Amino acid sequence: MASLSIEHLSTTFDRGRVKAVDDVSLDMPDGEFLVLLGASGSGKSTLMRTIAGLERPSSGAIRIDGRLSNEDPPRKRNIAMVFQSYALYPNKTVAKNISFPLEAVRMPTAQIQEKVKWAATLFGIDELLHRKPRELSGGERQRVALARALVRTPSLFLMDEPLSNLDAKLRHSARREFKRLHEQTGITTLYVTHDQVEAMGLGQRIAILNKGQIQQIGTPHEIYHEPANTFVAQFMGSPPMNLIPDGDWLLGFHAEDAWLPEGETPAGQHALPMEIQQVERLGSDALIYGVLPASQTEVILKLPDRLAGGLAIGASRTFCVPDSQLQRFDLRTGLRARN
Amino acid sequence: MTARTLSQGQRDTLLAMSMVLPAILYITLLLGIPIVLAVVYSLNDVTTGSPVMRYIGLENFIALLDTPDFMRAVGNTFLITISTLLGVLVLGTIQAELLVRPTRGKWLIRFLILLPWTAPASLSAIAWLWMLDSTFSPIDWVLRGLGLLGHPGALFGDFDNTFWLGRSGFALFSIILVNVWRLLPLGTVIILAGLNGVPRDILEQAEIDGAGYFRRLFHIVLPMLIPVFGVTILFTFVFVFTDIVTVFILTRGGPANATQVLPTLAFFTGVQGGSLGRGAATALFLLPVLAAVSILILALIRRREI
Repeated sequence: MASLSIEHLSTTFDRGRVKAVDDVSLDMPDGEFLVLLGASGSGKSTLMRTIAGLERPSSGAIRIDGRLSNEDPPRKRNIAMVFQSYALYPNKTVAKNISFPLEAVRMPTAQIQEKVKWAATLFGIDELLHRKPRELSGGERQRVALARALVRTPSLFLMDEPLSNLDAKLRHSARREFKRLHEQTGITTLYVTHDQVEAMGLGQRIAILNKGQIQQIGTPHEIYHEPANTFVAQFMGSPPMNLIPDGDWLLGFHAEDAWLPEGETPAGQHALPMEIQQVERLGSDALIYGVLPASQTEVILKLPDRLAGGLAIGASRTFCVPDSQLQRFDLRTGLRARN
Repeated sequence: MTARTLSQGQRDTLLAMSMVLPAILYITLLLGIPIVLAVVYSLNDVTTGSPVMRYIGLENFIALLDTPDFMRAVGNTFLITISTLLGVLVLGTIQAELLVRPTRGKWLIRFLILLPWTAPASLSAIAWLWMLDSTFSPIDWVLRGLGLLGHPGALFGDFDNTFWLGRSGFALFSIILVNVWRLLPLGTVIILAGLNGVPRDILEQAEIDGAGYFRRLFHIVLPMLIPVFGVTILFTFVFVFTDIVTVFILTRGGPANATQVLPTLAFFTGVQGGSLGRGAATALFLLPVLAAVSILILALIRRREI
């Protein structure tokens, strides 16, 4: 187990023309579960690969447990990694896959067997030890990959979109399993994903990446309720945060913070006179798409389904948002104003 | 529907048949008939001198087994084939492993490596004939320069020349050398394609799992390439086992039949010696070996397919 500290790290490709990771600094205390969240092409995988030693940083420092590791080859870093494809060795049985990292450090055979058994039990794959990867289902492969990663107690655990090859149902149970696993082992974990639900559910902290730069690091609560800038505000949440112009500022609010008053807009509320364009009733909730006539801004609101019955397309209604839920962003820089 | 129009299915069948027909004709005329003819000849007493065929059963084959030259040719064929195979596999793997790395001017190196494969076999064999010449061999010239030849106690003998093709051991070695040189490009390209097909994830995973270069190569990469090696072995084996050009041009089976292989022996017996039946029997001996090797390797490839 170890801490990870990254200082002003940059990774460039094509002789510096493409900056995949751009001056990133990040501190992970021992035992943390941190999620790197970003769209595809945001540099999150490159950042992880640089930490693993698969890419060379062009500047900056990577410290694993305080030790400068920039020049270490991957095998010297005592890192475990789970790839999106799981990268199981197709020619080896499950048991041999799991024991491979132990054989690489020349552990005695008896000890290897014991460790493999322990890891297999931890993930419930005892029955599969003699099979080849091609004979396994997606979920089983994933568990083999996890067992292989954890079998030698790494100091750092890297996961590159490990759930994206699973179907929705398996993904749910796998998320719970990751959480349980982290609680059991306490290994410092860096988890890369583009799925914000995964990020919110799993991460103790989330780092949001865009164009190779970290936009914000914070707890899921902070990221969602106090986004550092308009990028984070619009990246998180489904639907994303609404941004409406107001002089030199942008006012931001989440779709579910709006409500429909019976009569006049009460005090302490921001009025939203809106022309309704479309209503999507999704079962428990309804999404209301509309335009604010004053600024011609499109907004999306979310109401409980039972309140959306009387909303007709084309009608103009005045919704409101509590002032306390409004965020203010600088129109030019996109940064959130500290209240 | 009238009787004249064909249904969609019938038209498809007709089209398919007409497209496969040229291939079937080609195989029948150029492979099928000669093989049948060879079988018929081998069971009869046929010579180029007389139009009469006399059925003699397996006599040709039995006679062959009593001929020391035939047994020697069988031995030589296997020795040359297997040595070439080993050479191609080992050198091809090394070459492919070096070529798979990103290097500047990679395409030029690949082009140069492929050259021996593109040169016509007879031309390159003639070039080698000069390389291995008893008097003017540049190899000898280099060896002399290095002091390995031409004085008493030298590694390659105290003559001024090695006589590569004139001494039985050296002649066999020369033939293997030329064969390896001819087949290495193909082997390299096949193995290189296999190496390129190994997913990068798996190599990186192995690196992270703590494996060094040789552990990655011998525990991950090479086992994954077994089907590719199968293809290389099959191609090389069939090619060398049936090849007549190298031996024919370099030594004509000499000195004193020391480098005779089955294809040259079949040619000398059947065509030049006029004893068609005996020649056909010699050539037919190749058939079961090739069939057995092909089946074995194809089965191996299918079993190890991932």
